[in-house]
Amino acid sequence: MAINWFKYSAPSTFYGLAGKLTPWFAWPAALLFAVGLYIGFFVAPTDAIQSEAYRIIFIHVPASILSMFLYLIMAGYAALGLIFKTRLSSMMASALAPTGALFALISLWTGALWGKPMWGAWWVWDARLTSELILLFLYLGFIALQASIEDPRRADKASALLAIVGSVNVPIIYYSVQWWNTLHQGATIKMTGTSMHVAMQQSMFTVLVACWLYAIAMGLSRVRSIILEREANTQWVKELPEVKQ
Amino acid sequence: MSRLTVFGLLGLVIRRDLLLAMRRRADVLTTLIFFVMVVSLFPLGVGPEPDMLRKMAGGVLWVAALLSSMLSLPRMFSADHIDGTLEQMMLAPQSLTVMVLGKIVAHWMLSGLPLVLIAPVLGLQFDMPADAIGVLMLALLLGTPVLSMIGAVGAALTLGLRGGGVLVSLLVLPLTIPVLIFGAGAVEAVSGGMDAASNLSLLGAFLLFALVFSPFVAAQALRISME
Repeated sequence: MAINWFKYSAPSTFYGLAGKLTPWFAWPAALLFAVGLYIGFFVAPTDAIQSEAYRIIFIHVPASILSMFLYLIMAGYAALGLIFKTRLSSMMASALAPTGALFALISLWTGALWGKPMWGAWWVWDARLTSELILLFLYLGFIALQASIEDPRRADKASALLAIVGSVNVPIIYYSVQWWNTLHQGATIKMTGTSMHVAMQQSMFTVLVACWLYAIAMGLSRVRSIILEREANTQWVKELPEVKQ
Repeated sequence: MSRLTVFGLLGLVIRRDLLLAMRRRADVLTTLIFFVMVVSLFPLGVGPEPDMLRKMAGGVLWVAALLSSMLSLPRMFSADHIDGTLEQMMLAPQSLTVMVLGKIVAHWMLSGLPLVLIAPVLGLQFDMPADAIGVLMLALLLGTPVLSMIGAVGAALTLGLRGGGVLVSLLVLPLTIPVLIFGAGAVEAVSGGMDAASNLSLLGAFLLFALVFSPFVAAQALRISME
């Protein structure tokens, strides 16, 4: 049997698929958030140096990781849309941008809350903080450029180019702690041997998976809105049961 | 028609843009006056203590240079876009990338180079020592072309949009932060008695990197905006 690999690259077929998939990502995300945060706040032991304040790591680290990954995924989708002129890829890129910006904001916010008891300051002008702030600006620039161009095709292409140019920043954030000797602590999670208690690891990874699932669920449900908005004049949208009512 | 070499084409575009600018000198002067004005506002805002001024001079001049280069960005392509020249440039058999590079060079000569030349005077206003002024000029000489190059991409992307002037700053300023950090860092290093070589080398690396990629990316952005 021949499989049509490109069946779901058409907005009309993907709309239904995304609708069916969204709850399968959203509910596990909510469940894992609850489990991960429970382990983080009640099971994980108190840190020897940072005492209770370290617990914000369970939100801070997953949000930071997601903010960087989502930018790369967004730039990847945008590049696909630019190169192969696939409409759905560009729609996915613009669907992921607000979620990525949200994670960048959460990362900065929780970082500030964590920095106050640890460093004695809400904000320091350290390389990692600055480059995470630039990442937030890049997300906002992407959203602003898309919003100010009326022709959706031109908006997709122009913002795709911007996203690709901006992706230079992501490796800079990731390696900033190694390249510059900064106040921000180095990576705790490594491929070989982590310096963490097992319960802390479990909590952080559970929340990380929850964040991934949340990002996917949000991306899918937002892309459905974008599809409806852009294809509003097509026959298949007019025949949808939820539109007909 | 005689065959045009790459450098011939580059020279042609630069000469044309400079000639057009010379016919409308006010545009060039406004950017320069804006730069001088922003720099002069800082001592009024934060107080005239020479120690503090000396310490912040490098950063202030760099931020002012960044802002005034943003101010002149929307002009880079818009006049040619309005009168249709840009369309003709795209239809021409010659490389659009080279023509964009020519426009970038002309833009830098009109907006970046004057800043480099007037910076020492403003440095004296802030009581900077002579060696710091030398490094500041060198850093600006390496850094301001990068601002024009990154700016060209932003200007091309926002061509013909309403509110393009603010939008271009929003897009370009985050990307120019590394230039600001290392440019101001070079001045600070010299003031602190250290060597500015590493900062200047990084600025040079940015310049080469931008020189290779930005004309091509800006040309692609123009094609997107014009279709």
